[in-house]
Formats: sequence, C-alpha cells, structure tokens
Amino acid sequence: MNGVHDMGGMHGLGPVEPEPNEPVFHHDWERKVFALNLATGFIGKWNIDMSRYSRELMPGPEYLRTSYYEHWLYGLELLLVEKGLITVEEMRSKRPAGPAPDGLRVLRPDDVPRRLRAIRAARMDEDVPAKFKAGEGVVARNIHPMGHTRLPRYARGKRGVIDRDHGVFIYPDAHAAGLGKQPQHCYSVRFSARELWGAEASSRDAIYIDLFEPYLDPA
Amino acid sequence: MSGHHHDHDHDDVDAGPPLDDLQLRVRALESLLVDKGLVDPTALDTLIDTYETKVGPRNGARVVAKAWIDPKYRQRLLENASTAIAELGYIGRQGEDMVVLENTPKVHNMVVCTLCSCYPWPVLGLPPVWYKAAPYRSRAVIDPRGVLKEFGVTVPDDVEVRVWDSTAELRYLVLPERPAGTEGLREEQLAELVTRDAMIGTGKVEAPRPKAKR
Repeated sequence: MNGVHDMGGMHGLGPVEPEPNEPVFHHDWERKVFALNLATGFIGKWNIDMSRYSRELMPGPEYLRTSYYEHWLYGLELLLVEKGLITVEEMRSKRPAGPAPDGLRVLRPDDVPRRLRAIRAARMDEDVPAKFKAGEGVVARNIHPMGHTRLPRYARGKRGVIDRDHGVFIYPDAHAAGLGKQPQHCYSVRFSARELWGAEASSRDAIYIDLFEPYLDPA
Repeated sequence: MSGHHHDHDHDDVDAGPPLDDLQLRVRALESLLVDKGLVDPTALDTLIDTYETKVGPRNGARVVAKAWIDPKYRQRLLENASTAIAELGYIGRQGEDMVVLENTPKVHNMVVCTLCSCYPWPVLGLPPVWYKAAPYRSRAVIDPRGVLKEFGVTVPDDVEVRVWDSTAELRYLVLPERPAGTEGLREEQLAELVTRDAMIGTGKVEAPRPKAKR
C-alpha cells in the first residue's frame, strides 16, 4: 500500500537525531510492547509479513505523530483481534471473557533461546528457476498494490541492474495476505542515484534494493 | 482507560499524559494476555533481558576485529556472511541471512530500511531510535552524503557511496576500514574501537589517540 511507512526520498521529516549512549529501551512500556510482540508472534497465528502489514495499516497522520513502539502496539492489538486470540469486547474492557483456546503454543522461558536462535526464517529450499542473473538490466514495475509490498515507491518504474541473486525466499506480498509462501527469487538490484533522483544526484553513487522477482521486468 | 479514577499519589510525576496513557494501555494489554494464558510473564522477562543485556553491537565488533586480523576469516565473511558470523556464535532472529559489505578507499557502504526498521539483531542488537525514525529512513536514500555529514563522516567525491535498503529478509553489516595506526593492536583491542555506527555505515572507525607524553 502507498502508506507513509514507505518513506524513502521524502523531504521535510526533520533532522536525524542520534542520541549518545542511547538505552535499548526508553520506557518500561516499550520493553513490554517489544516482548509481547515476540511472545505472541511465536504462538504462530500470524507471520512477520502480517506483523509488518498490521503496522502499515496505522492511519498515516497517526503513524507520523507516534513513536516506533506505538506502531508495534497498534499492529499487535490489530492482529490479536483479527486472528482471534482476543475478542473485541476483551480488548475494550481489558478483562478476559474466557480462557484462550486449547492447544496454543504459548512461549515459555525455556523456549526463548531456541526460538531466538532458529537459523531458518524466510529462505526456502524450493527449486525455483531464476528469471534474471547478475549483470542483467531490469525495470521495477510501476505497481500500486493495496496490500503489503516490499517494493518501495521510489524505485517503481526505475531501471536498475541485478547485482546478485540472493536465492529463493518467502514472497512477503502473498504471505502478508495469508496466501501462502509463494517462493520467489530475491535480487539485490543496483539503481544509480541519478536514475532515482535525477541529474542533481551524484553520478557515482548507487542505491541497492532487495527486490522480489514479481516486482521486476526485463529492461 | 477513560472514566477510571486513581487515588494514588503519583499523578504528578514528570511523564506527560501521553506516556501515562501508554503505560496504562500496555499494562492492561499485558495483564489481559497473561490472564488469558496467552503469554507467560517470565518469558517476557527473558526476551527483554536477552536484547537488553546479551545481544548488542559488541557482537558485531568482534566479527569486524576478527576479519581485520584474519584474512581467511575476512574472505569467508565476504563470501558467506551467515556461516562466518555463526562461527562466533551469533545466529538467529533477524540475522538468519546476513550479507557483509566491505568499505574500501573507493567504496563507502551504508545501510537503511526505508520501509520499517530491518536491522541485523544478532550482531548489532536492536536498532537505535534514529535508525527507525522518519528522518533517517526518508533521507538516507536521497541524500546519503548529507546524512553522513551530519554523522561527521565526509565522503570524498571520488569515493562511491552505496546505500543498501533492507527491503527483504537479508540483513546487512558493514565491515569498516581498519584505521591506520592500529597495526600493533590485538583483536580484543581492535574490537573496542569498532562502533555501532561504523557497522551501519554512518560512522568510521578511529584509531585510538596517542597517549600524551608527560
């Protein structure tokens, strides 16, 4: 979706403000939002692409006005209700109306190290033929899907060159919509700064974007 | 939480109303999830402790220092970053598929996630606020040299800036240039010089200042 989360190239969003000796969390509620997201995510009722999409669904003005973990909180509340772990009434009253369904994989402290150290996530072993190889020219499609996508707006319609083929991965656009993994090649595509930003940009610089095969046409 | 009256005496602490609201909203959500048996509070503590005290940029600094000391390790790191980083025990969530980008006298790499906050957790920990916030996400791709300048890094015109937008599940770690004057340092001493920003590509590693003669 063409949301405000897709920020690459925007102006007017203020200065970058690094904080010396920044703590990992600034408030206790941030710790809790972080941990609640991970813990409920491990129950397995949704995937990481659905999590990202749920944060993108926060209305634009609110997204810009709020901090990072507020985006996470918004998405979490949405998913808990949408995936049936919490009812709308429970979310409103903040009181349980009944126990959770049986058979859920609730995260226990002893599971944490193993779950966090899993080395398989989005990469897949499927033998999917690659449409492109390193050095070939491509053009990013000018598409504007309403759902989740990882093709940023600033690259759409632009010409680049395949830098490398990362291999086969879960396709987030489908996965976020609950349409399965639909394995696709993911490529690093090199776009010159001038192709993206015009003649004012440095002739030397480049932006590398990881793009899934369905986002690309041959140039 | 409107319509709720509190008669405790902490209403006038520094935190403004929005924070109080958030604190209450999150606390209520947490107890709801715990009461329903969806979340084990001890597991929450373990998750928080892991990312607050165990995982952080010191991990990445050890990877960088080892690559500076050991040319064969550097080679493995550039060819297959995930397995080379796993040799040091840094594996798992948000670092499953790693790519290492080597800075050279001709190329300066920097990493961003314009769409959200993708970041290599096992080697750098959780990202700083600026990395996740709108200014960096919007500007890193359109004005990388301007952003770098604000971080105190001036990239000469004859050096190519490559910005890597982490839009998929690959996670990027910059291998910064080893500063001159560090030839005599041991691996652990080198690791102490390596900053988080240098591994994002918004900083450079500086040699330690020579000790002033007394």
